[in-house]
Amino acid sequence: MSEIASIDAVEIAPEDRRRSPWRVLVSAAWRQHRTKIGLGITLLLVGTAVFGRLVAPYPPDQGVENQLPFAPPSSDALLGTDDLGRDVLSRFLYGGLSVLLLSGLATALGMVLGVSIGLVAAYSRGKLDDLLMRTMDVFLSLPQIVFALVLAATVGPKLWLLVLAVGFTTMPRVARVARGAAVEVVERDFVRAAEAIGIPRRRILLSELLPNVSSPLIVEATLRMSFNVAVVAGLSFLGFGLQPPAADWGLMINENQNGLTLQPWPVLLPVIAIALLTIGTSLVGDGLSRAAIGIERGRGGE
Amino acid sequence: MSPGRGLTGFIVRRLLLGLVTLWITSVVIFAATQALPGDAARSILGRSATPESLADLRARLGLDKSVLTQYWEWISGIFTGDLGTSLANSLPVTEVIGERLVYTFFLMLIAGAISIPLGIALGAISARRRDSAFDQATSVATLGLAALPEFVVAITLAVIFSTTVFHVLPSVIVTEPGSRPWDYPRELVLPVITLIIAVVPYTARIMRASTVEILESDFVEMARLKGLPERRVLWRHAVPNALAPTFQITALNLAYLAGGIVVVEAVFNYPGIGLLLVDSVRARDMPTVQAIALLIAALYVVLNLLADVATILVSPRLRTSLG
Amino acid sequence: MSSHAHALEVVDLRVELDYGAHEDIVEGIAFRVARGEVLGLVGESGSGKTTVGLAVLGHTRRGARISTGEVRIEGRDILPLPPLERQRLRGVLVSYVPQDPASSLNPALRIGTQLDETLSSHGVGSSSERHARIVETLGEVLLPSDDAFLRRYPHQLSGGQQQRIALAMAFANRPRVIVLDEPTTGLDVTTQAHVLETVRTLCAAHGVAAVYVSHDLAVVATLADRVAVMYGGRLVELGPTGTLFRAAAHPYTRRLVEAIPELSGLHALIGIPGTAPRPGHRPEGCFFAPRCSYAQSQCRLAPPPLEVVSDGHEVLCIRHADVLRDATAARIAAVPRAEIEVEDALVSVRGLDASYGTRQVLHDVGLVVRPRECLALVGESGSGKTTLARCIAGLHTGFTGEMTFRGRPLLAGARARDADMRREIQYVFQSPYSSLNPRKTITQIIEQPLRHFFSLGGNEGRTRVREALERVQLSPTCLDRYPHQLSGGERQRVAIARALVAEPQLLVCDEVTSALDVSVQAAIIDVLAELQRELHLGLLFVTHNLALIRTLSQEVAVMNEGRIVERGRVDTVLDHPEAEYTRRLLSDTPSLEAAVAAAG
Repeated sequence: MSEIASIDAVEIAPEDRRRSPWRVLVSAAWRQHRTKIGLGITLLLVGTAVFGRLVAPYPPDQGVENQLPFAPPSSDALLGTDDLGRDVLSRFLYGGLSVLLLSGLATALGMVLGVSIGLVAAYSRGKLDDLLMRTMDVFLSLPQIVFALVLAATVGPKLWLLVLAVGFTTMPRVARVARGAAVEVVERDFVRAAEAIGIPRRRILLSELLPNVSSPLIVEATLRMSFNVAVVAGLSFLGFGLQPPAADWGLMINENQNGLTLQPWPVLLPVIAIALLTIGTSLVGDGLSRAAIGIERGRGGE
Repeated sequence: MSPGRGLTGFIVRRLLLGLVTLWITSVVIFAATQALPGDAARSILGRSATPESLADLRARLGLDKSVLTQYWEWISGIFTGDLGTSLANSLPVTEVIGERLVYTFFLMLIAGAISIPLGIALGAISARRRDSAFDQATSVATLGLAALPEFVVAITLAVIFSTTVFHVLPSVIVTEPGSRPWDYPRELVLPVITLIIAVVPYTARIMRASTVEILESDFVEMARLKGLPERRVLWRHAVPNALAPTFQITALNLAYLAGGIVVVEAVFNYPGIGLLLVDSVRARDMPTVQAIALLIAALYVVLNLLADVATILVSPRLRTSLG
Repeated sequence: MSSHAHALEVVDLRVELDYGAHEDIVEGIAFRVARGEVLGLVGESGSGKTTVGLAVLGHTRRGARISTGEVRIEGRDILPLPPLERQRLRGVLVSYVPQDPASSLNPALRIGTQLDETLSSHGVGSSSERHARIVETLGEVLLPSDDAFLRRYPHQLSGGQQQRIALAMAFANRPRVIVLDEPTTGLDVTTQAHVLETVRTLCAAHGVAAVYVSHDLAVVATLADRVAVMYGGRLVELGPTGTLFRAAAHPYTRRLVEAIPELSGLHALIGIPGTAPRPGHRPEGCFFAPRCSYAQSQCRLAPPPLEVVSDGHEVLCIRHADVLRDATAARIAAVPRAEIEVEDALVSVRGLDASYGTRQVLHDVGLVVRPRECLALVGESGSGKTTLARCIAGLHTGFTGEMTFRGRPLLAGARARDADMRREIQYVFQSPYSSLNPRKTITQIIEQPLRHFFSLGGNEGRTRVREALERVQLSPTCLDRYPHQLSGGERQRVAIARALVAEPQLLVCDEVTSALDVSVQAAIIDVLAELQRELHLGLLFVTHNLALIRTLSQEVAVMNEGRIVERGRVDTVLDHPEAEYTRRLLSDTPSLEAAVAAAG
């Protein structure tokens, strides 16, 4: 089950019912405040992470003149300086992209693998299903962070390893959700109908199954993204993500911990940013989830 | 056919499944640490290492033997209580871990003892008062808190209570060797609270969802339509069916705690196995890393096994279909 | 307790949604039920009958609330009571028998416990007195009452037993009023007959007023003394059973009766075009007007007032006099089915044994379907008829035996067969809510066989799709719609169109009307009959409803427990059944004609 576990649903407005299934989901999700707020927050932060560097006053690894490390905000450095005397605001504006990219890639990897495995398992039933799911159980027997750490122990903190580790630990969680959603769809008669006329298995998976599990999968994707931002930022914080002198939100928190009493901004800013990003994506996911459940409830016979 | 035989048979099968999963996980852990590209010895000694020191280290690490032999030695060592020698300080891994395990265990115990009942109670009450102001407020709060990464919570608490706002509680723990976790009650407060805040929202949400499903099920509606007093409806009809999900939730809760300790211990410098893991990874101390990972995996497997068995025991339908 | 003439009296009841615009679900509901009397509450899906049934207990489903009205049980209105007091009255003053006993019984409690608590919560005596009452009640519903039985869990009972436990629980406290919500759904005909008999006996013996909610008019006609017909959340007609069905005063009731298939097959099955309006979508004026042949301008302006036809017979229609006058006119006779000459077999089955895993469900089955002929495959649930149909269509592979199609062997499973064979045998599923991909448009759904078998797409494909839609009498406006935007009947027609587009020789229809309302069934049967005539299709028509087959089929095979017990021409088997099972099936199936005749 998805950890956010929504059971509440929104009532689907009659006008929405007349549209195509995808548009029903989007408009039902959009009707809720939480989705709008969440999307707003997320876009704000994504914008900062992606485009921040265009407006940063300083390059990220340049010390600010006339300023000591951990200097309070001034006209030279709007939010003060960090442990090496660099402009906090600039480093913040540069530091989001890495978190975003790494967690985004890892989530995408996990989704692709997890959905494939989950759908194949649900459709095959029997032995293949068992085998695939037991394999997923193996990947589930370690927390995501621990798995990434174990991998990092050998080759050191490589970025591709981070993406692989987080991606591979996302995969089983997604596979469970995908399989759970697909198992119900596989029983429906339109899948039988396609089998009866001899449509090849791959086509059935792609064009009959996949579109009908897309709603819970979209929800799961947003939630996984939220999780993975936390995991990636955590790994960066522990020193296993980008290495100094790179600008990275997680790294910034670590580097500037000691100066908290003097200068809270280099820690507070990325902390707030990460918190908002995870909350924002979580809100969007919840809004989508309520819409999806509402649609599910309204469906069925008259 | 006695129901007992079916049940024992199920437990045995489930146990075997757990062991197999654990075994495969150990292979994966081992493969990840030993079989990845990049020679471990070279990573540890760095580029400037001489060939002699590399060969020496490899022999010490046992890297000159075949992968299978290395794995076998490791696995068989587990059964004799020998997990290898730590590369960081040449002490037996069991000794190194043992010291710290008490700290982590204690932390998890306290956090678990508070968060599990709290999460279950919050979830159940929210479900019972669905759509009330209490429920809506809790729902928003749990959604927000569940999304936050643990280290964000940890740092925020540290900022508020240790450094900037108040200076009440210590944010970093400095311990004497040989001391026990309960010697440092004030230092425990923030890590425990962090863990609780990290875990309770999940537990509460899942509990709420399960409970709502039961409260709105056909048979609970029927119990009300039979005119049973509400107290009986809740305690004799709803609760017995809510037990099974509760076990799953408890296991999940503990698993989350295990995942969260790594970061929490790192932030607060708490001397448990989470911090040990981070330090060992930094130091490329393979034996310790492998041992800790295996320990955590074993914990997960055992928790899931217990939850599955408990679920079967409280569900008559599942119980009788086995025998 | 004061004795009133009526044990149950409902006055001006309105149940509405408790959010948004608070649209009404039902309104203006009023009826009375005397002690020992059974009132049938009939309606199709969406009519609000279940809502009314629950409201008699002062209860609503989540999302609804009772806004106005009175529910008087023995003179006492229970609606104004505080919720806890109302709850205490349930089970002892007014009881409920649910539709689906499997999900209404607590899976974690033993049967004995669930029976006992019904009594103990209402303060019935000591534990020995309760036990005596349990034994008595279980005897009344023909169930054992030994300890071993009482210690069972619900999932260890059969569907029929579960339903009887529900009945026992409802009658245990000797309530004044009992509401039964379609309690025989899913039961086989013989068990259903027993349950109905039990209900009748118990009500008479204990003087209980019963409200029997159902969509099955034949069942209601057999059991009820009076009938209330619901449409669109309104009570459109109320009267004695015989009178109401023989000479209906409301156009809807009349059309409903005409849509019910009869064993005699004398009358044409005529459906009602269109669909019933849901809450919030109801028109001004009379709700039935859009589908009513008697509608005039006045009907569309204002809701019709309550009119009295005769003593005890009320109706909500301004043209009831005309409806009554037309009632005496004869019903349209059925169109005789097509007769065909005997020909070589299209499908031939011999010695078929089929199983699911280790469980064998078909034993030595043999039959023949001839070209352009319709063979009805009749049986109750569990008889194996669906399994047989699936084996023929290639949807089930677990069988041994001989099957041929036009002389060539039929291999097990669609994937093993060649494209031609897959194309020439097409299957229409029971549930139109499950057989269409919700994520595809109607065009895409119907085009799928075209692309697969004929590699046709684009314009040529769209033309063929339109033609297919025409054949099933669907308008081209639904081409770009999605299944959820169509009604159940429309969806089933899309499913038939999809099968047609492959140009099959044999159409296997698996209970294709069972998931649809009665008023819609007739249209589907019509479509199939016409297709058979015009396209010379062979038809394998699987159904549990004997009454449906006379108008459609030439041959019939009756199945029971995996065997074919009787085979032959339809008229022969229905009029002169030879097998014991067929005879029992015919006599146990409730018939509207027979019930109306008996009601006098």
